[in-house]
Amino acid sequence: MTTTGLVQGASVVAAVLFILSLAGLSRQETARRGVNLGMAGMVLALGATIALALVRSERPVGVTAALILLVLVVGATVGTWRARSVEMTQMPELIALLHSFVGLAAVLVGYGSFLTAFLGGTAASGANADHGGDTVHAVEIYLGVLIGAVTFTGSLVAFGKLSGRLKSAPVTLPGRNWLNLAVVAACAALLAWYLTAAGPDGGGTAVLPLLLMTVLALALGWHLVAAIGGGDMPVVVSMLNSYSGWAAAAAGFMLGNDLLIITGALVGSSGAILSYIMCRAMNRSFVSVILGGFGTGPGAAAADGPVGTHRETTPDAVASQLVGARSVIIAPGYGMAVAKAQYPVADLAAKLAERGVRVRFAIHPVAGRLPGHMNVLLAEAKVPYDIVEGMDEINGDFDGTDVVLVIGANDTVNPAAQEDPGSPIAGMPVLEVWHARDVVVFKRSMATGYAGVQNPLFFKDNTGMLFGDAKDRVEDIIKAL
Amino acid sequence: MQIGIPDDAGPLVAATPSAVGRLTALGHDVVVTEGAGAAAGLPDDDYRAAGALVVSDPAVAWESDVVVCTVVPDDVQLRMRPGTTLVSRLAPAAHPDRIRALAERGITALALDAVPRISRAQSLDVLSVLSNVAGYRAVVEAAAEYSGMFGGQVTAAGSTRPATVFVIGAGVAGLAALGAATALGARVRAFDVRPEVAEQIESMGAEFVSEPEAQQQVSADGYAAPLTDDQLAAALRLYTREAAAADVVVTTALVRGTAPTTLTAEAVAAMRPGSVIVDLAAPGGGNCELTVPGERVVSGNGVVVLGYTDLPARMPRHTSELYGTAVANLLTLLTPGKDGELQLDLDDVVQRGITVARGGEVLWPPPAVQVSAAPAPAARAADGTDGGAGAGTAGPGTPARRRPAWLAGALAVTGAVVGGLAVAASPDETVGHFTVLALAVVVGFYVIRAVTHALHTPLMSQTNAVSGIILVGALLQIGSSSLLVTVLATIAAAVASINVFGGFLVTRRMLRMFRKADDDGGGPGGRVTAPAGAAGKTGAGPSGAAGATGTTGRSAR
Repeated sequence: MTTTGLVQGASVVAAVLFILSLAGLSRQETARRGVNLGMAGMVLALGATIALALVRSERPVGVTAALILLVLVVGATVGTWRARSVEMTQMPELIALLHSFVGLAAVLVGYGSFLTAFLGGTAASGANADHGGDTVHAVEIYLGVLIGAVTFTGSLVAFGKLSGRLKSAPVTLPGRNWLNLAVVAACAALLAWYLTAAGPDGGGTAVLPLLLMTVLALALGWHLVAAIGGGDMPVVVSMLNSYSGWAAAAAGFMLGNDLLIITGALVGSSGAILSYIMCRAMNRSFVSVILGGFGTGPGAAAADGPVGTHRETTPDAVASQLVGARSVIIAPGYGMAVAKAQYPVADLAAKLAERGVRVRFAIHPVAGRLPGHMNVLLAEAKVPYDIVEGMDEINGDFDGTDVVLVIGANDTVNPAAQEDPGSPIAGMPVLEVWHARDVVVFKRSMATGYAGVQNPLFFKDNTGMLFGDAKDRVEDIIKAL
Repeated sequence: MQIGIPDDAGPLVAATPSAVGRLTALGHDVVVTEGAGAAAGLPDDDYRAAGALVVSDPAVAWESDVVVCTVVPDDVQLRMRPGTTLVSRLAPAAHPDRIRALAERGITALALDAVPRISRAQSLDVLSVLSNVAGYRAVVEAAAEYSGMFGGQVTAAGSTRPATVFVIGAGVAGLAALGAATALGARVRAFDVRPEVAEQIESMGAEFVSEPEAQQQVSADGYAAPLTDDQLAAALRLYTREAAAADVVVTTALVRGTAPTTLTAEAVAAMRPGSVIVDLAAPGGGNCELTVPGERVVSGNGVVVLGYTDLPARMPRHTSELYGTAVANLLTLLTPGKDGELQLDLDDVVQRGITVARGGEVLWPPPAVQVSAAPAPAARAADGTDGGAGAGTAGPGTPARRRPAWLAGALAVTGAVVGGLAVAASPDETVGHFTVLALAVVVGFYVIRAVTHALHTPLMSQTNAVSGIILVGALLQIGSSSLLVTVLATIAAAVASINVFGGFLVTRRMLRMFRKADDDGGGPGGRVTAPAGAAGKTGAGPSGAAGATGTTGRSAR
């Protein structure tokens, strides 16, 4: 069949384009080309698929075409609107929400496949005409729905936590790991029931275990992410990214579509690698992040209260420090994103650079709520990316630095990670800002960071605290300059 | 508070106009003696412009609440009022009587040359600044006295060989001398009893003379410690040998204000006529037996021995500038409120270290300071700052545990066996799918491993857009004859397409913002991507949304 041949050819090309796209995104210079390749791949894949769908349509072609046009228009409108209106600071939420869409789509496609294969019963049913109601296909559907459901609710909870609609503190039910295990065991048991019910002849009764499993999987996804504290959200988002890939791959298996498998596996493995890279940056094992419960002790730590006296400084004083400085490093954190201070910060950096001060940015790998979050915000404010440096590149330079501005960062600049073996963040690599001559910390109050750990940096005698909204304070400094 | 800068003796001044500006910003009033900065090229008008009061009588400055000076006169305690503060170079080890006299007068004495050598205090360390200048000047003086050229020259009538400069002691002064001599083109050799400075010597382009017998261990406070007799004898032999082969010797061995002998009279006698010795330890009595502090002497065999003690003062402009900066740094530390009130905190090791007299008591020498940063955290943990936190979170807080290698291996083997069995039990077609899956996973790992950290967010939103490929599955089901399937598929396709469009556009929007310092906003990148995006979108059919992305980035200003 020529259409099928063409479609397969298009799929292979699209898959290669996706691989090149991800490869392109690994470097700044090629990143834009990477996106364009990805878009080209998607256009090709969708074009071919639409052609195939029309050819195989069991309804009048016009109806199918109209439906396809409808969903694409809806998708394009909503997608474009979201992409244009989202604030860069809300990027993590948007991405988490989009992950949940993939999960939902995977669940729905799974049910669609199930209905076609086992209930529709008729000979020709589009893409999976060549699939009988065999066991392997049944398992594929089951797994696809399972992964999709976990991704769906997990992403929704992550979205809720990131956008502040849900409390970010971990929900720790007693025996939560056993609970998760019990759910997985129950799903396995339901699989057995489902396979018996589906049987070689197909059977409508199989829908019951499938529905039960879906409910359980939705609960599992909710619980998995709810148990993870806000500080670990970058890892969770990346992990959900990986899950959404596996969900797509599972859909590929149930539809017998290699393009879906390749793309899903690419996304799945890249998400897994990203999660791993981030866990290493926090010096935590992947398993301990996934099992959640990090930061259960902050109550105790916070109750200890301040462990020294801090020195408050003023915007004018900071301005004069900056004017006298030869080298300044700015270490931003989530607080900068919350205050939307990236524009004044970029402005400050540019003004200082005009005066001949060497200004650089130090980015901790897990600063913000998404890996690379700070880089995106600074790029939005037109900070040149070659003065934005990663932790490993810049950590040795704090010694020769006159002033470090810590803007809304806390745990990522906490010396306790190195000095206090009993600290919950012990061993996590941090930006060693305290080696600089002067440190100015922009903060709303003396409250602890996400890890709930008190920060001895605030009490060092070369540290000045500048309280208040980061954006206002930075603007005050610019005025004082 | 009133800060007085008398500096009526010598060419140096303790604060430049810019330092005065920083002091007045701290809330202090500054009084400067007329002409104090003249020798350093700093006119009185500049001081007035910086906010200082310029007075003709130095006594006014001496009677301030805080007196900052570069040279301490012998009757310093009589010039100052009781209860005031003196900030200067006090050489507490060499002049205990002066410290006692200040203490008896009730004066708080802060010695700028007793700053503990810890990173945080570096910006206050006047001793290190002066040593640096002295090391440089020592080479300049030697070059003027030396009968030849430092750098080898090739002339029409033949070539000269470069001078050999031997530097004893690679402290701040020694390293500065090394740098200056190397810059002049000399062949430079150096020795220090501390073995760990070999690298620093070599980094300055000089050669380290290795002699393990004459070297010692690291001392606790960053200054060289006295040697044992055996080591001393070995070192002396080495100095004698090296000096005989050198044209210029710069000796800088000063241990806590006192100068051990490095060059004996015999060693000088063995040197070539016309050679030069610069003794930077002259203020402590001199390293060379022939040195007369403050004088230039010539030995019987024609070796010039310079014992100048005012080397930094021979470069008053830069020395005063650096001295003034250190003074301003110190007063910034001592005026935490920026309200013109001096607060001395003796619990701070830096402030304790420089305070040599206070409240009638002599506080010299201070308790030892550990240079190494390692032991300090233990003390911090001991004062109970984080006891509760540590106990509460011992479980999750422990650093990442590594699984034993055999366990990982066992897991991998089990996984491979299970996977293999699953594939074996599947129909042929599914085996093909598994092959594709496995290869794609491997490709994914390799492609992503090298991604730069800054691009994690765009990468994630791109992979998110790509995983919207599930739209393909949903589209294929839309044409189903079952109404239920069509409905489900339509919903799935709608959410998946939101993903596809939203993901790609957001990624583009983010990447558009990344730029290098020398790009401007509408650089070549922008020009190339816009048409490409538009072309891509026409293929998709609906809506001309892509064209709009060019204006999506919210206005930056």
